Amino acid sequence: MLVPILRQGPYLIASIQSALTDADLLRLRDDLVEQVGRYRSRGVIVDVTVLDVMDSFAVRTISSLAQMIKLRGAETLLVGIQPEVAFTMVQLGLALTGVATALDLEEGLSYLDERDKGGERVGGR
Amino acid sequence: MLGDDELHVQIRSDADVVLARQEGRRFASRLEFSSSDLTVISAAISEIARSILEYARTGDMHIKLAEKNGRVGIVVVARDEGPGIRDVELAMQDGYSTSGGLGLGLPGARRLMDEFELRSEVGRGTTVTMRKWAR
Repeated sequence: MLVPILRQGPYLIASIQSALTDADLLRLRDDLVEQVGRYRSRGVIVDVTVLDVMDSFAVRTISSLAQMIKLRGAETLLVGIQPEVAFTMVQLGLALTGVATALDLEEGLSYLDERDKGGERVGGR
Repeated sequence: MLGDDELHVQIRSDADVVLARQEGRRFASRLEFSSSDLTVISAAISEIARSILEYARTGDMHIKLAEKNGRVGIVVVARDEGPGIRDVELAMQDGYSTSGGLGLGLPGARRLMDEFELRSEVGRGTTVTMRKWAR
């Protein structure tokens, strides 16, 4: 199952549509790492609203994705983790290291916008 | 897949891991599990199915209804004929992995379920039996 990746301004939005296999997740990681460079994106949002479970492999892959994206100069934001999924991740002992999160896509976009504005101010405007 | 009372999923590829957790969730949803419990069951199945795939390559998962002292629930039995686990105690520790994973699969599944039992014989294979009781 291919995950569609949309471009919205300086951001990439990967919106997961259905349950993903391990191979699908690795493909998504590689696609995003490549496209961040191709489109010179500053942020990547991965929307997991439809996922009804995230196991250790999914969390490990998303953490490594975020680290790779960071090395490419952009930030990764995970949005849409459902309450049951959050509960289960905590029980499993899974920590998402180096990945920012937001409630949903809307919150995620405004977080990235705010961050970009902040960055410009720091840049001396 | 078998009849209504039992579900059987062969684990041979990463697609089977997805199938096992989806079918397992559907099977469990006939009992009075909360939606958190269904997610928990689904995640535990996913972790165990994945460890079969990583260490034994293939195996079988049977999911059945369970009953004890008037309580109902489900029992998941995952069996493989892989290399077995040399040190079960070590394998059940958080963060221990020989596959480059997070090492949270087995201990994580144990935390998620109400009962968890692991039997392994080096060179013969591993069987995990885990149960979750409905409220």
